[in-house]
Amino acid sequence: MMFQRRPSSDPLWKDEFSVQAADERYVNRRQFSKFLVLTSFGLLVGNLWILIRSLRHRAPVYPAVPIARLGEIPIGGVKQFRYPDAGDTCLMIRTAPDHYVAYSQKCTHLSCAVIYSQVNNRLECPCHDGYFSVNDGRVLQGPPPRPLPKVMLEQRGDELVAVGIDLNAEG
Amino acid sequence: MEHHQPPIQKRGLTAIDGAMSLIVILLMVQMWLLTTALEALLAGHRETALPAALISAAIFGACLVLFLFVDKIDKEVRRR
Repeated sequence: MMFQRRPSSDPLWKDEFSVQAADERYVNRRQFSKFLVLTSFGLLVGNLWILIRSLRHRAPVYPAVPIARLGEIPIGGVKQFRYPDAGDTCLMIRTAPDHYVAYSQKCTHLSCAVIYSQVNNRLECPCHDGYFSVNDGRVLQGPPPRPLPKVMLEQRGDELVAVGIDLNAEG
Repeated sequence: MEHHQPPIQKRGLTAIDGAMSLIVILLMVQMWLLTTALEALLAGHRETALPAALISAAIFGACLVLFLFVDKIDKEVRRR
């Protein structure tokens, strides 16, 4: 076997500890190479974990939650709500008399809370100046790598109901 | 302090340095692959996970082969 030591070979300490000063460079390089290969193995494990997560993915089921009554917020106004869980804060914005949009409030960069800027008509992350379009959640500027998750709204009677989340709102 | 080494030792050291440089380059590609696959997963694109894992496995295999090369050169040169 390649990875087993032969009985006739030198003892392990001679391989791992250089007796002669000239050998030190070799030992250091071999040990550093071993560390790099172990790092590569760790990165492979990370990729395999992502593969397993993607294979075991199940489409999430979102509850239907009433958010607000029609006309409850003024045009250009904002209402904060939590959806789908108590820890997930979202923003609903009334952009026109009969048009509402809602997005997760967590910036896709480092999860800072985004705020709505009525003056600029965009969602802004104050941490690193990441800006998102209020129309579709796409990134306008800054470091966020993905659009804001969009909360799907439905009108039921005179109520606006959140019915799901679209992670890829831009598409 | 400058070390005076026989030519065979210098050649061995050069070969090992070259192999290590290749390992480092492959590692950088593998890191980029991991971050890209993670970003795609978080964005809901799951179709990138399989090719990313396969390429990562190939890169790990290449790193392992390069390490075995370093190990072989190390043993050969130090036994002289």
